[in-house]
Amino acid sequence: MGRYLLRRFLLMIPLLLGITMISFAVIHLAPGEPTGLQAEFNPKITKEARERLRAYYNLDKPLPVQYVLWLKKVMTLDFGRSFSPDGRPVTEKILERLPITLLINVSSMVLILLVAIPIGIYCATRQGSLGDRTLTVFVFVGYATPTFWLALLLMMLFGVKLGWLPISGIRSLVGYEKLSLWGKVLDWTRHLLLPVLVSAFGGLAGLSRYMRSSMLEVIRQDYITAARARGLPEGKVIYRHALKNALLPVITILGLSVPGLIGGSVIFETIFSIPGMGQLFFYSVMARDYPVIMGMLVIGSVLTLLGNLLADIAYAWADPRIRVG
Amino acid sequence: MFWRYFWENKLAVAGGVVVVTLLLVSLLAPYIAPYDPSYIDVKNVLVPPCKEHLLGTDQLGRDVLSRIIWGGRVSLLVGFVAVGIAVAIGTLLGAVAGYYGGWVDGLIMRFVDIMLCFPAFFLILAVVALLEPSIWNIMVVIGLTSWMGVARLVRAEFLSLKEREFVLAARSQGASDLRIIFSHILPNALGPVFVAAILGIGAAILTESALSFLGIGVQPPTPSWGNMLTAGKDNIEIAYWLSLFPGLAILITVLGYNLLGEGLRDALDPRLRT
Repeated sequence: MGRYLLRRFLLMIPLLLGITMISFAVIHLAPGEPTGLQAEFNPKITKEARERLRAYYNLDKPLPVQYVLWLKKVMTLDFGRSFSPDGRPVTEKILERLPITLLINVSSMVLILLVAIPIGIYCATRQGSLGDRTLTVFVFVGYATPTFWLALLLMMLFGVKLGWLPISGIRSLVGYEKLSLWGKVLDWTRHLLLPVLVSAFGGLAGLSRYMRSSMLEVIRQDYITAARARGLPEGKVIYRHALKNALLPVITILGLSVPGLIGGSVIFETIFSIPGMGQLFFYSVMARDYPVIMGMLVIGSVLTLLGNLLADIAYAWADPRIRVG
Repeated sequence: MFWRYFWENKLAVAGGVVVVTLLLVSLLAPYIAPYDPSYIDVKNVLVPPCKEHLLGTDQLGRDVLSRIIWGGRVSLLVGFVAVGIAVAIGTLLGAVAGYYGGWVDGLIMRFVDIMLCFPAFFLILAVVALLEPSIWNIMVVIGLTSWMGVARLVRAEFLSLKEREFVLAARSQGASDLRIIFSHILPNALGPVFVAAILGIGAAILTESALSFLGIGVQPPTPSWGNMLTAGKDNIEIAYWLSLFPGLAILITVLGYNLLGEGLRDALDPRLRT
């Protein structure tokens, strides 16, 4: 296990370098230089902010030197200061918004697992039945549903028509302080219910489909036939023998779904006015706040990398073939 | 055999029908649309669905049905061009990686790994923020951020195909690498690429609509399903039809492409036949 982990960590280094290189290239895509054309004409950017950016990127030096100097700062999580009037360090702005985004993404991941795995098992064990076919159509529809549209429909139904749930923010603006601890938790839950549902929806379709085919593959294996031949009850065959092996590839898919979830947070945080990373990113894009955009790009992809690492570790822990071989 | 198998898959045929219908509707938009999609009628603002306006009118009195029909053109255009770019890049890099192997392969595949680390939506937003948001820019950007799957696919096909006898035969006759890659191996690898392209169109249309919804994709007054939904959000409490119908259009279109793509994949893959 130790050797596997070490190798896995070492593999991350070239990926991290690549990520920073591409991010660096993206900021230099701007016509002229990062502080050039667009910043000149951008009324939202002060002269001081532009000068700060020039100094930050060492724009008087050759490109490779610029990159190395920039990388040194990025390693210490220094992305410079925001263009916005507050001019705060980018890292500070992102970190204070990270927890809420993580909370929503982790909750929706848990929700995806809780719903998708049973659906997958159900469909695989009753392949071709009416239930399987109905759920398959449902999964296809879920796959094709634009999440922001689903968010609009849910807001319309639960927020406007029925008035059951709040449609924006993460907590009540009035009277929140007076609530008991339990009341506060309930208030948060009511606010976050729709965003979590919406962000889970897309992944739900994908994962249950995946779980189904993974389960179908496993129950065709010889050891399942052997277990049945020994006269084990079907429930035991499925849940004790098949499930464990069918779950393995799901771990990988879960890791791969991290970038989608993080990217999706831009959409639902904007719609539901949730003060998370996604909303910050959207505002920064609209205001052309380059330092924040860059920081976001790097941190978002590093989070993805960490997600994949976690998935690989979980995989190695669950599957001895990986950890030994 | 392939067609018989495909025809038996009712969902896939339904997807194909949706795709063909949408193509026709988009091509014939000027003749089918009941109204001019950008005609502003201040006397008929936010009219609910009725006989004159089957799907109602928006906040400027424009006919929603006509705008959905014209918006379909935009969505399909973005889908096709973006996927065209993605398939071109993915096929080229995948073919080179799979054919030459060695360090070339290693380099290209690491690049693919790196690109897959970026939350695609973040990368797209960052680039769109640096360039101006326009329909051309988003097509290019979606294309540039979605070629990795095709590259992996083509590489895998090339890895298995390049060892086959027909490739050896071509090489023994003195065919150049270029000729072997493009006229001998590639045609045999096109099936899965075609499936990936069909599925990619659905995904590209979803991305475009999300970008347009956020106001950084297709810019008004050009109608697109995404930017129509922005108006839907602004009038969410008074005009459900502005939110409901453009979204349904996206859903049906993407569903059509996905069903068609999955059906073609199953029909192409003999292992899945039972």
